[in-house]
Amino acid sequence: MVEYRIDRRSGVATYLQIVQQTKQALRLGLLEPGDKLPTAREVVAATAINPNTVLKAYRELEREGLVEARRGLGTFVRKGLSTAPADSPLRAELETWADRARTAGLERDDVAALFTSVLDQHFPYDQNHSKGDQA
Amino acid sequence: MTDTAIEAAGLGRTFGRRRRARALHACTFRLPAGRVCAVVGPNGAGKSTLLALAAGLLRPTEGTVTVLGTTPAAARERVAYVAQGKPLHPQLTVADTLRMGRDLNPRRWDAATAGRVVADGDLDPDAKVRTLSGGQRTRVALALALGKRPELLLLDEPMADLDPLARHQLMGTLMADAAEHGTTIVMSSHVIAELEGSCDHLLLVGGGRVRLAGPVDDLLAAHTLVTGPAGDLAPHTVVESRTTGRQLTALVRPAGPLGEDWQAGDPTLEELVLAHLRSPDAPALTLTDERQEAAA
Repeated sequence: MVEYRIDRRSGVATYLQIVQQTKQALRLGLLEPGDKLPTAREVVAATAINPNTVLKAYRELEREGLVEARRGLGTFVRKGLSTAPADSPLRAELETWADRARTAGLERDDVAALFTSVLDQHFPYDQNHSKGDQA
Repeated sequence: MTDTAIEAAGLGRTFGRRRRARALHACTFRLPAGRVCAVVGPNGAGKSTLLALAAGLLRPTEGTVTVLGTTPAAARERVAYVAQGKPLHPQLTVADTLRMGRDLNPRRWDAATAGRVVADGDLDPDAKVRTLSGGQRTRVALALALGKRPELLLLDEPMADLDPLARHQLMGTLMADAAEHGTTIVMSSHVIAELEGSCDHLLLVGGGRVRLAGPVDDLLAAHTLVTGPAGDLAPHTVVESRTTGRQLTALVRPAGPLGEDWQAGDPTLEELVLAHLRSPDAPALTLTDERQEAAA
């Protein structure tokens, strides 16, 4: 089970915060296939946000194939998010790269900027997702 | 069940012996069922009058209001209304008050819901209402209103005397009821920040008229905050504009793409409401719920 934390000042649409936090929980293995998401009632009772916002977030997760709504039962995780596990070769390569960056004298912010720039180049941000409304 | 919670057509109300004091005039709007609607506006704008008209406690002096597809009087059993002062019997205990709710609403009373609202506030059932704090009284009043299992819940300044924790808890209780039963909730408030995120529909009243009405998302999308060099904003509708030196800041309703010179941003609900409150002469805007129309 996950618990959502809504930051009303973040500027990120509330439904997107729920989508992002669910994905994060999937990546971290806090949610696994078969797990049930909290009901809309449970989420709004704890966060005081509008029920339609929760339903919108769940619809979006469903559209992406991550969860499925089972009538009368709730919303369940369909599949996890494939991430490289801690011992994968990709992670090892990134560690080597980070070591080299440090040796070359780069600071944390320099590394973050470099990484983000490459990330943006290879994984362009989906326009539909970045332009969330204020729900 | 009807898909319209409240429909007002040319609705108005005057007070006083010669009907000179006009509290509300020519209000036309439609609130779809299942929404959580914020009624905002300055003091004396007509918020309480509007809620009392919908509750059937006042009769209109002009126009009509339809509630849940019928007259406010005929809909009374399906409507709960909590007045600003939360009137309760001071000598009754909390438990007595809930028993009264059960006796007054024999066919509809949901003792479990009413009991839960009271229990969540750690209230002693044997405490007399007169010994309760303002926040505790609000909780008892909301327990009575929710125990009736209304289709439409009208709340006049429900959060006014609550501390931040109690506000959050009670708003959570209201949202949970809306999620579970599809209750339409209409609440008035001056504190816009506490409504943002909870309300999906807005009714802004000012000077006795409806200034903005519609789904919050659509109203926000219809407005843009622009900054740029001082100049003419035509053909866009200007709600509010300020010039500082060579720079102009404005809230507009764009009538087409904005020029390259302008930096555009999305307003927050608070910015939208404040801009309209500062500019009483800005034209009114009513948006209908397209999703609802499409489904119908």
